[in-house]
Amino acid sequence: MLRDISLHIHDLSENSITAGATLIRISLSAEDGILTFRLSDNGKGMSPELLARVEDPFTTSRTERKVGMGIPFFKLACEQTGGAFKIESEPGKGTVLTGKLVIGNIDRIPLGDVGETVSMLILESPDTRFVVELAARGDSFVLDTDEVREQLDGAPISDFEILQWIKEYVNEGVLNIFGGVLDEIT
Amino acid sequence: MKSLEELRALKAKVKNDMTLRDGGEDTRVVVGMATCGIAAGARPVMNAFLEEVSKRNIKNVQVTMTGCMGLCRLEPIVEVIDKDGNKVTYVKMNAEKAVRVVAEHLVNGQVVNEYTIGAVAQ
Repeated sequence: MLRDISLHIHDLSENSITAGATLIRISLSAEDGILTFRLSDNGKGMSPELLARVEDPFTTSRTERKVGMGIPFFKLACEQTGGAFKIESEPGKGTVLTGKLVIGNIDRIPLGDVGETVSMLILESPDTRFVVELAARGDSFVLDTDEVREQLDGAPISDFEILQWIKEYVNEGVLNIFGGVLDEIT
Repeated sequence: MKSLEELRALKAKVKNDMTLRDGGEDTRVVVGMATCGIAAGARPVMNAFLEEVSKRNIKNVQVTMTGCMGLCRLEPIVEVIDKDGNKVTYVKMNAEKAVRVVAEHLVNGQVVNEYTIGAVAQ
């Protein structure tokens, strides 16, 4: 199992990178006691046949072994709180994955280090456009790597100091948006 | 509050650092970052490599990620590949071990034998 939501976001976004996405949108919003995570990409998408099997741990695209636990783990993390999990996909269009977690449930795993997840994803796939959206109580925060790149004017976004800045920027957003909304963030 | 404008100041510094990096990146550190790696703690390992390489101002090392290497029980796995393609595979890594690999292997060229797959898998 993965310890926190940020690790799931990291792991699930790897699938979007592998699917050749040029735009990956990571959104987290809290409303009425439910934390909704949505991951949408414009990657190659999945056929209805693959989509039907994707929640099964014995489905994987990798060739090294025969199990793929990423999606089943996250589905479990949602459902064990009384929440829900959904994945929609269309070949050639992309994939949208949605997980709902009941915030006050004792089995809800903590949010974790979202800034670190974002910085590592950028390091891994610096040419992908990542858009991170956080929302709660009418407030919102957005990080768009296209806007970051515009400021950088040719300096590499995958430089350690830039990634460090992005990590802190996103985590400041997390604190402002989810502070007091998720018990572990005060 | 941080603002995107702060990036403009960082930009100049980063571009300056790039011109200092004349020798190119000839050693690669590759961290396994599939579900198995992440679950086993690959992120703190990745962080330790990034921080240590930056702190020591090592310019010829590139730290990257890869998917599953097929040895999930030995994760976190890190491969160090030199410019001639020679590969050393470290297994069951953690942040402290990563710091030692940077000091002994990347800086001084001495493989940390006790963390390698050959020593651990026996």
